Amino acid sequence: MKMIHSLFLINCSGDIFLEKHWKSVVSQSVCDYFFEAQEKAADVENVPPVISTPHHYLISIYRDKLFFVSVIQTEVPPLFVIEFLHRVADTFQDYFGECSEAAIKDNVVIVYELLEEMLDNGFPLATESNILKELIKPPTILRSVVNSITGSSNVGDTLPTGQLSNIPWRRAGVKYTNNEAYFDVVEEIDAIIDKSGSTVFAEIQGVIDACIKLSGMPDLSLSFMNPRLLDDVSFHPCIRFKRWESERVLSFIPPDGNFRLISYRVSSQNLVAIPVYVKHSISFKENSSCGRFDVTIGPKQNMGKTIEGVTVTVHMPKVVLNMNLTPTQGSYTFDPVTKVLTWDVGKITPQKLPSLKGLVNLQSGAPKPEENPSLNIQFKIQQLAISGLKVNRLDMYGEKYKPFKGVKYVTKAGKFQVRT
Amino acid sequence: MSAAPAYSEDKGGSAGPGEAEYGHDPASGGIFSSDYKRHDDLKEMLDTNKDSLKLEAMKRIVAMIARGKNASDLFPAVVKNVACKNIEVKKLVYVYLVRYAEEQQDLALLSISTFQRGLKDPNQLIRASALRVLSSIRVPIIVPIMMLAIKEAASDMSPYVRKTAAHAIPKLYSLDSDQKDQLIEVIEKLLADKTTLVAGSVVMAFEEVCPERIDLIHKNYRKLCNLLIDVEEWGQVVIISMLTRYARTQFLSPTQNESLLEENPEKAFYGSEDDEAKGPGSEEAAAAALPTRKPYVMDPDHRLLLRNTKPLLQSRSAAVVMAVAQLYFHLAPKAEVGVIAKALVRLLRSHSEVQYVVLQNVATMSIKRRGMFEPYLKSFYIRSTDPTQIKILKLEVLTNLANETNIPTVLREFQTYIRSMDKDFVAATIQAIGRCATNIGRVRDTCLNGLVQLLSNRDELVVAESVVVIKKLLQMQPAQHGEIIKHLAKLTDNIQVPMARASILWLIGEYCEHVPRIAPDVLRKMAKSFTAEEDIVKLQVINLAAKLYLTNSKQTKLLTQYVLSLAKYDQNYDIRDRARFTRQLIVPSEQGGALSRHAKKLFLAPKPAPVLESSFKDRDHFQLGSLSHLLNAKATGYQELPDWPEEAPDPSVRNVEEEDLSLIETHVGLLGEYTKVPEWTKCSNREKRKEKEKPFYSDSEGESGPTESADSDPESESESDSKSSSESGSGESSSESDNEDQDEDEEKGRSSESEQSEEEGEKKKMKKRKKVPEGQREGSSSDEGSDSSSSSSESEMTSDTEEEQVEPASWRKKTPPSGKSAPAPKEISLLDLEDFTPPSVQPVSPPMVVSTSLAADLEGLTLTDSPLVPSLLSPVSGAGRQELLHRVAGEGLAVDYTFSRQPFSGDPHMVSVHIHFSNSSDTPIKGLHVGTPKLPAGISIQEFPEIESLSPGESTTAIMGINFCDSTQAANFQLCTQTRQFYVSIQPPVGELMAPVFMSENEFKKEQGKLTGMNEITEKLTLPDASRSDHVVVQKVTATANLGRVPCGTSDEYRFAGRTLTSGSLVLLTLDARPTGAAQLTVNSEKMVIGTMLVKDVVQALTQ
Repeated sequence: MKMIHSLFLINCSGDIFLEKHWKSVVSQSVCDYFFEAQEKAADVENVPPVISTPHHYLISIYRDKLFFVSVIQTEVPPLFVIEFLHRVADTFQDYFGECSEAAIKDNVVIVYELLEEMLDNGFPLATESNILKELIKPPTILRSVVNSITGSSNVGDTLPTGQLSNIPWRRAGVKYTNNEAYFDVVEEIDAIIDKSGSTVFAEIQGVIDACIKLSGMPDLSLSFMNPRLLDDVSFHPCIRFKRWESERVLSFIPPDGNFRLISYRVSSQNLVAIPVYVKHSISFKENSSCGRFDVTIGPKQNMGKTIEGVTVTVHMPKVVLNMNLTPTQGSYTFDPVTKVLTWDVGKITPQKLPSLKGLVNLQSGAPKPEENPSLNIQFKIQQLAISGLKVNRLDMYGEKYKPFKGVKYVTKAGKFQVRT
Repeated sequence: MSAAPAYSEDKGGSAGPGEAEYGHDPASGGIFSSDYKRHDDLKEMLDTNKDSLKLEAMKRIVAMIARGKNASDLFPAVVKNVACKNIEVKKLVYVYLVRYAEEQQDLALLSISTFQRGLKDPNQLIRASALRVLSSIRVPIIVPIMMLAIKEAASDMSPYVRKTAAHAIPKLYSLDSDQKDQLIEVIEKLLADKTTLVAGSVVMAFEEVCPERIDLIHKNYRKLCNLLIDVEEWGQVVIISMLTRYARTQFLSPTQNESLLEENPEKAFYGSEDDEAKGPGSEEAAAAALPTRKPYVMDPDHRLLLRNTKPLLQSRSAAVVMAVAQLYFHLAPKAEVGVIAKALVRLLRSHSEVQYVVLQNVATMSIKRRGMFEPYLKSFYIRSTDPTQIKILKLEVLTNLANETNIPTVLREFQTYIRSMDKDFVAATIQAIGRCATNIGRVRDTCLNGLVQLLSNRDELVVAESVVVIKKLLQMQPAQHGEIIKHLAKLTDNIQVPMARASILWLIGEYCEHVPRIAPDVLRKMAKSFTAEEDIVKLQVINLAAKLYLTNSKQTKLLTQYVLSLAKYDQNYDIRDRARFTRQLIVPSEQGGALSRHAKKLFLAPKPAPVLESSFKDRDHFQLGSLSHLLNAKATGYQELPDWPEEAPDPSVRNVEEEDLSLIETHVGLLGEYTKVPEWTKCSNREKRKEKEKPFYSDSEGESGPTESADSDPESESESDSKSSSESGSGESSSESDNEDQDEDEEKGRSSESEQSEEEGEKKKMKKRKKVPEGQREGSSSDEGSDSSSSSSESEMTSDTEEEQVEPASWRKKTPPSGKSAPAPKEISLLDLEDFTPPSVQPVSPPMVVSTSLAADLEGLTLTDSPLVPSLLSPVSGAGRQELLHRVAGEGLAVDYTFSRQPFSGDPHMVSVHIHFSNSSDTPIKGLHVGTPKLPAGISIQEFPEIESLSPGESTTAIMGINFCDSTQAANFQLCTQTRQFYVSIQPPVGELMAPVFMSENEFKKEQGKLTGMNEITEKLTLPDASRSDHVVVQKVTATANLGRVPCGTSDEYRFAGRTLTSGSLVLLTLDARPTGAAQLTVNSEKMVIGTMLVKDVVQALTQ
């Protein structure tokens, strides 16, 4: 396994704006194969992640309008490379707040230093953010000002110890004046609702994101009121698998800062509460250049909580020229180029259900579209985990102080689609 | 400062002189001269003494490299700074050096000495970094230097440096493959390494340098399996992939029996492609081999691998999950493969690239193991927002999963897909419907009708695709479908897609007997438009004409001749050729009668229906998850997945001597300060090692005895202790169900003990209940969340303080039970007096300690008249006499040592060691003393006073103190006589690093409460009959470790306490022994390494 040979970062207009080689230099021209595939795919999402060229293989990911194209020379599990590239993008996000061309160009030296540490000879070396931050300090405005005055550097002066320990995800010597541990339980409902309003498929995907700012080496254990709800769980490496298996308790020494503790799925065997319903009638008249559009959205099984942040997105058929709609609430936009209708609804109040009605202008002469577009719905419900999952308690061992603890629950729509 | 504006260009500023560097193409010659100028100022900056200027210059240079600009002319200026004091400058110089060294080999050599110096640095990180850069410089001249450096680093104290050495191996190999043999030696050495840090990297090196040397893995196989869960993610992938290959060469196929038993019924049911995938050859071979083979029993090592990889299915890394999935797919018995489905389905929520790869693999798996993914059918439903490539893969999976029972739902789903806006996807759906129709006879007519309806679709692509699929379906049963063919015939007027037209024409020609009236008419129309048709259509027109001519020559003779004439002058030579050939064949002429008689047979021979099959069929001969599998072509460097061997190779090659293991184990301890091994790691390792020693059989075979299930699944067992047994293993695959009844059996057997544990559990519950309200409050307060974060924070704080108050109360409450155990101390003292056999120390009784220490003091004072003293002392020593120097090696001087377990008079942190000298030579030995000791950090020695003379036949004893610094590192020193020096080393068993402490039961419990979590190590064991009685247990424990017994209320529990000598950390040992022999050993200690080693030693002592 020779792993990753080179990496090219390419923006949407096809400029290669950064390259890094871990072995001998591979010419930029290798990217031509990628551009070819990109052209063929028409849509950025459809560029095949793995492309075979005469001398190399190109494995790429698309993140935040950037292509990360890696050059591989020999057999390697593709997921290995894909996972790594995403980890690189995550690291940039973590360091610069966004993973954009501008951010990368602005911090090109840090980016280079990061890439140097993350891969050695094409094999991943240090990918944990806690270790990387010990090696290379993330830029802050204050520091860059100070640096420019004093001429000091971003590189950590202390040698990183995290790499050496068997708890590589946590750096040593963490100190806070306020010790806090926050957990966000975020659940997303993935659903497909068919024309008649019945649920074709629904499941709950959840994550627990943690923000831990605790001094020293705290040993935490988090328990749930109803751990059996969790059907399939994947863990951050810090979690002791055995404890979970035997006691259904999450026991771990946390990394410092923000991280994803677990992600889980609530089995699709359980009935999933669908918090909204949609009434819709979208029709196109034969031999006429117009159609009708009428969508109403309302709450259902919402556990008495307010549904907010509702957005409806519809990809209209190509023959649609324009739409003349009236929302009873919120505002809508229709992009005649991409044919995307977005209706920003806001909060749903049961007394007055929001609806969007009006006419659709079609290209004259064109046959009426065969299909009705499906509606993609976004919403958010605060202080509710739709699966009913509840954190029971959080205990800390190994340190003397009393931390401040908090848990927050949010339910969101995931891939929530209503077919019409 | 001049640097500031220059740097601003890095920040994306549009002004500034440096802009050209970014804006212009390097090839444009116009700026070439100015380029040099600019580089001059960089050189100037690099030559200054100011670090800030150097840094600025380096930053700009790195930015150039990042953009792909050439900065090689700066090499001399940059390389000078390799020894710069500023860390960041140095780092950037390294970046530059690694990039350009290959091009400027001579100049690169200038930097080598800096790295060589770095290799000797006392700081491990600097050593590692020096090796990393040195090995990254691709300059062939330094190969010998690199080789040397790697060899040295491979035996470095620091595991991190050893890891770096493993990383350097492939680098050197790619630079000079002649070094292979030497590198293999290093790999072999590093493979034996016991640390998780090294494991992943060295296996990576192994895979790259010598993947064929599978024999190197044997001895390390079990260790790798056991370490796996603690290796970092990237290493896990590499190790799992290698172990998959290894297992394929070393174990027998777990499916060899099943292939006959299970696959046949499946064939009868579905008659589908499933079994053909296996290949008839392999099945026959299996069938032939089966009778001669004894029933399959899974190799314990094979089982070990499956068991230890399973938890990794819950890794957050998609690559690890995929690696385990492919391992299970290729190695696990059929019944167990199912566990991977859930994890793979989970990955479908991930990034679209991950989905793409996972779906490709699921597609392959679902052909062979359909049942596995069936429960997750709905997870593959397609959303309109999925990218097309994902949609098509999901469709593939859905089609593979379709069977008699779920086909209605699948077809309904397909119906919605057909109306999608994405036309490529619609076409793929139609093909999928075709495949469902061929595979599942029951729905063939439904599908066909549906497809015929699609023929009136407005979209031509949809219609065309339908025609093509209908054609294939009709071929299976043409007789019943005359109507459909007629319908298709009508379509020729409208449909323009060549492939569809060609398909219709072929159908009409082939089945012209079913549509005798329409066929000639179609030919007439086609003859009219012949010249305007596409080539494939033209060919089919010729075919149609020929077939009609043969069946209905009266009506079509002229038409056929017309068509053939047109074709004769066609531009395409294929068509011209076909026309000539057809004419000769069908039109009877004087010469060529021989063939034309058979023309009808030639043209209208019954043709087998096409098989519509998945493009993923047979892809599983590539290792799943590999690049080759994804591309369906062998990628460079792909290691073929070997076939299972016919006969299993000798499994004993993987046996590792137990002693060997323990030796290496102490090395882990040796590196205690670096590898702060978390408790759960060690614990799991231990557990696993213990398991593998026991003989057991595969769970899936259902032959496993109760012992096996007991140790194979310690988790579920402990779970069933606390919960009802039916809970255990629920949600696991069928393999677990076998275990379940065994568990239940065991449950019965243990009913008595479980009562006891319940009692204990009750206590714990009491304590817990007290804490619950706080937890609830916490939950509710956080529920209020954002609304009232300030108020909730208050309640949080108060609740915490409340807890503090509750805590002591709960302790007070717990005192009554200790009242029950009031007679305990008496019991203990009884034990002490009666049950203890002399050789074991029982330091519990104070008077004895006093006496022995007195003896030691005395001994220290009066060394010369020693003969009496050793005889007094020997019974008290913990471990028996150990040999320090054999009399042969010592040229007549024999030296033994014992750990006396007395406080060393000079320094309480020292372990006192009694050294027994005896002179078996015939000359007196003079001037015995300790020479300059070479000791690892922290360890110190208090030498014994010089022994002036030891006459022949005489023996004497001396006491020396060693501060082992709470580690089991050996103290190495020289034993000198007047004439000779002997190198000797004393390595303490972990139990000797502590001294007993006296405490009450309550104190013990309190201290234990403080040492939970990471500091607690628990191990289950079964006590052999011989060592179930109280005194044997106590004796064995105290003989192993220098601990004092703590009184205890319950009869089945033994408690011991001690403090490590150097740091004074508490070591608490609890043994909970049931009458049945099952026991649980718990050690609580801050010193986790000591705790783990102690557990191991005590378990070993107790189970022997």
